[in-house]
Amino acid sequence: MTVDEQIVTEAPAAYLERYGLMLLIRLFETEMQRLFLKGEVHGTTHLSAGQEAVPVGVCSALAPDDYLAGTYRGHGHALAKGTHPDALLAEMLGRVTGVCGGRAGSMNVIDAEHGLVGCFGIVGGSIAAATGAALAAKGQGRVAVAMFGDGATNHGYFHECLNFAQVLALPVVFVCENNFYGEFTPMLKVTAGGDIAGRAAAYGIPASVVDGNDLWAVREAAVEAVARARSGGGPTLLECQTYRHHGHSKADPAKYRPPEEVERWLARDPLGVAKARLAELGVSEQELSEVEETTRARMEQAVQSALAAAYPDPAGETATEFAP
Amino acid sequence: MSAGAALEFRVAIREAIVEEMERDESVVFFGEDIAAEQGGVFAVTPGIQERFGTERVFDTPISELAITGAAFGAAVTGLRPIIEIMFGDFMGLAMDSLINQSAKYWYLSREQRSVPLVVRSAVGGGGRFGAIHSQTHATWFQGVPGLKIAFPSSPAEAKGLLKAAIRDDNPVIFLEHKRLYSVKAQAPAPGEVLPLGQARVARPGRDLTIVSAGKGVPDALEAAGQLARDDRIEAEVIDLRTLRPLDIDAVLASVARTNRMLAVEEGPATGGWAAGLLGIVAEHGLHDLDDVWLLSTDELPIPYSPTLEDAFIPGAAAIASAVRERAGVVVGR
Repeated sequence: MTVDEQIVTEAPAAYLERYGLMLLIRLFETEMQRLFLKGEVHGTTHLSAGQEAVPVGVCSALAPDDYLAGTYRGHGHALAKGTHPDALLAEMLGRVTGVCGGRAGSMNVIDAEHGLVGCFGIVGGSIAAATGAALAAKGQGRVAVAMFGDGATNHGYFHECLNFAQVLALPVVFVCENNFYGEFTPMLKVTAGGDIAGRAAAYGIPASVVDGNDLWAVREAAVEAVARARSGGGPTLLECQTYRHHGHSKADPAKYRPPEEVERWLARDPLGVAKARLAELGVSEQELSEVEETTRARMEQAVQSALAAAYPDPAGETATEFAP
Repeated sequence: MSAGAALEFRVAIREAIVEEMERDESVVFFGEDIAAEQGGVFAVTPGIQERFGTERVFDTPISELAITGAAFGAAVTGLRPIIEIMFGDFMGLAMDSLINQSAKYWYLSREQRSVPLVVRSAVGGGGRFGAIHSQTHATWFQGVPGLKIAFPSSPAEAKGLLKAAIRDDNPVIFLEHKRLYSVKAQAPAPGEVLPLGQARVARPGRDLTIVSAGKGVPDALEAAGQLARDDRIEAEVIDLRTLRPLDIDAVLASVARTNRMLAVEEGPATGGWAAGLLGIVAEHGLHDLDDVWLLSTDELPIPYSPTLEDAFIPGAAAIASAVRERAGVVVGR
């Protein structure tokens, strides 16, 4: 079966489930926003609302034991790869039941059990981490995926690792979430050539521009790239064009974005796009609202359990500097 | 190689890599030119790729960010990479993945995964390589919890410490002083693995303690020989072996015997390991101290010209005269 056939013939139920996962990410970010304002989330945090179709589409093409390296805008990356929302939210709140026991926080989540190599707090780090995971993955029949933003494509990590991965034919997929702003600065203002996918050609790496707000489009591109990686065909670069609904971080009201631009992207909210497509595929209103209800309940449970969890007790910390 | 036979430092490194790659299939080795026929710019690793194949041993692009970043990613997903960053000076390019990723992973992940990784580099002056191919990068990393830093002083030490570093489940920065590569000395007992974090008494003595690491140890031993012969001063020489963890107990035990300590570092005093060591010894061993001081370099980049470079680096003669001067010995009496 070709990739196209595989995607087309897939039952709508699988997409309904993926829609539920996208919604979970959206609800998670909404809760993060609320809990931040209440002082329950500390420091800062980077919300990914608006970009949900990318991690969900990409991870739908992966096996549970494949590797994913995410970014500091990584709540969606973790949830899509399988991190439990309770453990992720508890980590955000600095609680002892967090996936890293409250040691890591929003920008540095690690969940090895679910193949999440880590979320990396510095732009570009995920690219090298996934490239390295691909070195190990090669001998394990696995694939590694790097998630990163448009800003990272101006980083040394991007250029060095694309070259490195192609020279060694590593099973890695480079997924750029191009949300058109590197922190507060428009991508086109700081990206020579303005064509992220086009940069792959210099390294002989196949690349494509993907509608990052369309779950189906992302999944289709990811399935093909993952198949190429797994069969020894080497790396692929996917430029998934998307948009963040919030500012860069909690310190950024995002006033630098023209209102018409924001309007235009909000009209193409990935959740709305997915909902319309599911209706076209014959998924009923009732089926949709059932999934939405279940997801809301799931998120509510995560909030309750995280808020009920204790903070780590410094006196009870058993940390050691080194692994034995 | 049997114990007692002479072993060259660069061959000791090679043997350690080969033996550990034979012992454990998850050990891989990569870097710039390491698999090339010569085996790197200092001819340390020829023949290793032929022995273990291109999947486990391979040359990389000149991409220090990618090499160290990929080594980190591989280390947390099942491999045990040894990488070579050709000159320690190039570690400036490699710091992000070592400091922000490798060093913190064990802790941040709440012990989900450790990072078994060795980063080998040639360090140190005296080779006329100039200011940015002669530095010793240990102190750039010394203040980073989660990293180990090994700095061997002899062929036997190099082999035993590198074998330990490869078996260790933590990221280890491994320094090879380039003026030691051609040193030949007694080989270690077969299979010997030295502990990381335990200093050794390289020479016992009662009058003062000279502490150093790497090339500073043979220099201190030579100086100690001169002082014993010419001045009847018996210096104890402590080889730190690792700068992190730092074996404070061994240093304090020596100072308790000698009451005097000189720390010798090929690098500036400000921010150096020797200055840090003096502080810790003062904190914990003040009651044992009659005198404590350090010999380091000027607060300048390492010069190129032979006359300037030789005067810059604290060698055996400088160590011996530093001791004589401090002890009030009249030279040529």
